[in-house]
Amino acid sequence: MAVANVSAHDVSHHDHHDHEHRENFITKYIFSTDHKMIAKQYLISGMFWAFIGGFLSVLFRLQLGFPEMDLSFLRPLLGGWIDSSGKLDPNFYLALVTMHGTIMVFFVLTAGLSGTFSNFLIPLQIGARDMASGFMNMLSYWFFFISGVIMFASLFLEKGPAAGGWVVYPPLSALEQAIPGSGLGMTLWLIAMTFFIASSLLGGINYITTVINLRTKGMSFSRLPLTIWAFFLTAVIGLLSFPVLFSAALLLVFDRSFGTSFYLSDIYIGGEALPNTGGSAVLYQHLFWFLGHPEVYIVLLPALGITSEIIATNSRKPIFGYKAMIISMLGITILSFVVWAHHMFVSGLNPFLGSIFMFLTLIIAVPSAVKVFNYLTTLWRGNLRFTPGMLFSIGLVSFFISGGLTGIFLGNSAIDIQLHDTYFVVAHFHLVMGSASFFGMMAGIYHWFPKMFGRMMDEKLGHVHFWLTFVGVYMVFFPMHYIGIAGFPRRYYSWTNYSFSDMYTDLNMFVSVAAIVTFGAQMIFVFNFFYSMYKGRKASANPWQSNTLEWTTPISPGHGNWPGEIPAVYRWPYDYSKPGAKEDFIPQTVPLSATPESNLPHENKLVQLEKEIMAEEGDVLVADESKGS
Amino acid sequence: MYGLLISIGVLLLILVIWMVYRIQTLISVAKGSDKKIATTSNKVNAALFMVFLIGAGGLMVWYSIKEFDNYQLPIGSEHGIVTDRLFWITMAVTGFIFILTHILLFWFSYHYQYKENKRAAYYPDNNKLEIIWTLVPAVVLAVLVISGWKAWSDITGPAPEDAHVVEIMGYQFAWDIRYPGADNQLGDYDYRLTTAMNSRGIDFTDKNSFDDFPAQNVVIPKGEPVLFKIRARDVLHSVFAPHMRLKMDAVPGMPTRFWFVPNKTTAEMRAELGDEEFEYEIACTEVCGSGHFSMRKTITVVEPDEYRKWMAEQTPFIKSNPDLVVDLPADLKELADIYINEE
Repeated sequence: MAVANVSAHDVSHHDHHDHEHRENFITKYIFSTDHKMIAKQYLISGMFWAFIGGFLSVLFRLQLGFPEMDLSFLRPLLGGWIDSSGKLDPNFYLALVTMHGTIMVFFVLTAGLSGTFSNFLIPLQIGARDMASGFMNMLSYWFFFISGVIMFASLFLEKGPAAGGWVVYPPLSALEQAIPGSGLGMTLWLIAMTFFIASSLLGGINYITTVINLRTKGMSFSRLPLTIWAFFLTAVIGLLSFPVLFSAALLLVFDRSFGTSFYLSDIYIGGEALPNTGGSAVLYQHLFWFLGHPEVYIVLLPALGITSEIIATNSRKPIFGYKAMIISMLGITILSFVVWAHHMFVSGLNPFLGSIFMFLTLIIAVPSAVKVFNYLTTLWRGNLRFTPGMLFSIGLVSFFISGGLTGIFLGNSAIDIQLHDTYFVVAHFHLVMGSASFFGMMAGIYHWFPKMFGRMMDEKLGHVHFWLTFVGVYMVFFPMHYIGIAGFPRRYYSWTNYSFSDMYTDLNMFVSVAAIVTFGAQMIFVFNFFYSMYKGRKASANPWQSNTLEWTTPISPGHGNWPGEIPAVYRWPYDYSKPGAKEDFIPQTVPLSATPESNLPHENKLVQLEKEIMAEEGDVLVADESKGS
Repeated sequence: MYGLLISIGVLLLILVIWMVYRIQTLISVAKGSDKKIATTSNKVNAALFMVFLIGAGGLMVWYSIKEFDNYQLPIGSEHGIVTDRLFWITMAVTGFIFILTHILLFWFSYHYQYKENKRAAYYPDNNKLEIIWTLVPAVVLAVLVISGWKAWSDITGPAPEDAHVVEIMGYQFAWDIRYPGADNQLGDYDYRLTTAMNSRGIDFTDKNSFDDFPAQNVVIPKGEPVLFKIRARDVLHSVFAPHMRLKMDAVPGMPTRFWFVPNKTTAEMRAELGDEEFEYEIACTEVCGSGHFSMRKTITVVEPDEYRKWMAEQTPFIKSNPDLVVDLPADLKELADIYINEE
């Protein structure tokens, strides 16, 4: 609990510092309660999982792009999953697809992205010593870690991991007779997800509490960087939706293990009629997508927040429409809870409900459009510095447009009849949710690496990494639109059984090659990341000449982030290229009274008020000191 | 062998990257450019955005035109014409926005690249602009939604009374087809009655089932409404007839439906495409297990006369397998025998 109220008494406690710094390897690197270390733990775990998830996708892309290929060379790794003729087992193909989805959505883009940057940036950007509860924060990571261990173990089961798609719809996921992955693999999946949900909730409660309670002096909500707004709203979404996934998972556990019939009804399988009646498979879909859809925004909003910050900094311009950006994010947050059934237009859902959800879904496109226009206007007449972070942010905007627009097709239930569960959907969400969020994560890593490790990542390697990945991602996912319009269903092991889909072998081969090259290009990043961590150029205090608070800390901030008092905040974070100012950036900690030359008319009025507050604060501090001594 | 080659390749790649990396670091230190805010690489990146815009844009246009006949599936149903029109209208609208926003994104990136003595414009907001670009997408989307909603309501509305009923039941990993026979009424079913002989679990105590007959593939008449009654026996499946623009999940315990009007016979479609092999197909689009990708069924669309002729030629379940009704109560058995003995 000490952490929560350090800010109140840190001024007079300099003599305590020597005690606090005595930490051993375990408390510093493993069971750390420091938000920066926890962020790094999340980051490294996220990178590990991204590698696994990406590798799984390469495996199934081999099958899809080169169906005739002899995969015997993978036998040392995959063992019995490669049959005697060198072909991938169809059950294992489904397991690969399932685990790729689960890992990427939850472990990489939820934990790896939100976990890393919410933890790292919230205290640093709002001016707090640490998270509201460092202990809960630590628990959050270790629950995630346990979840990861269990999920990882499930990859090595004899009957394979869960294989019913990342959405694990029952009855397929409930009945071991239906698919081998629904045995122990599915059990471990459910246990892992339970830990994951607990971890998300512990983290989310912490993020929300910290943002509301621990902002430094002057850091009003209208002066918060958009990153913090994004993390805050993400945590709210997670807090409201993850428990519903938990309930869905719990009922599934009951159906699987205790003979209940929440989702099961009228099933004849493996030569016997099961006793379950009265359940509804569609109920699970409702519960799942009540999380599943907000989940899209859980992974996307942090990326958008990071991008807003990076684009403003590197355009040397205020983000255009700060308030509109916040309102859009609020709109997205609220609407994200009332659109879930657009995943279920042809699930047997009442068509009237379908119409309602179609209307609600297309409303959510409006705030998304506003965000895109605001990004574009921010770039307009800027002075753009193409740091790797900036490049990845621009890449994000591009993916957000490309993938967002195809959402207009899919949100329209009449058009969705044909496109549902085809490669058009795969292209859509991989661009708007997968790649966009991934690019947000990359942008964030390149941008805040100096703050995390006190060194710079290599720019040129970053540029090469960006271009290979950006072009690569488009080469992988853009062709999928054509394949999808042609009606190719997703999660297919092979398309040659049908004459309508017995084509595009060339295009699928192209996609697979592009996927492998793109995956390979990530090694440039891995090298750059670990090499720069030890051997990179030393960072300066504010390498991007940015306004936000984290750049006022020492280059490698210790426990408590600021050695002295936490700086107060006097302005919003986007005073870039303000007319009249000498530099093209004015950090948040510079009082308005210090910049009379660049103040806007309404800000000049605030100067007087600011002076009064500062005078008062001065009195209080003096009084405190006299009391202390 | 592959493994060795791949590892050598990877090793070489890493070495190349390493060399390039070292060389460029040394050069930048020698030039002192590592201290500058924006170097030539800033210009290169800005230019690459334009290269990407033109290159990728050109590739997209070229491929979209060249491949149009391949990815544009022929349409075999009346509502398919409506949904495809909606699809292409949406494509036109979104395509325009897609191209416009990307030109802006990449052009701005190129044009406003960093210059030493330039200063960015301080332009934090403009309410008028914001309102415009909130309202315009809202209006455009409203138009799209309303037209989509009309189509959706028509498609999902109740089927006409005289629609020809076909039952499609999904199981791992195939579809079973059942026709209601002359009465156009399917007999009841109960999953607990499923046996090797009675794979659909038909309840033969319901006399509507007496004239029900199975079929190897779906045969339907052109120009007349057809109602698919869809169900599943084990896990979720989804009936997808791509040419019919038809898709509906098959859910155990919850029968679903989809009605439509086929508008071209298989023969007509074959002639039109110049492909004698053409068949309308049904695929499964809800993951259902290892054979998910192989649940093929074909649909044959024929002229209505031909359809009636075909119907008359089919043999009911109980006629081809009288054992199904041996246990029936006497009065029902008598009725069943009429069907069995009919010539």
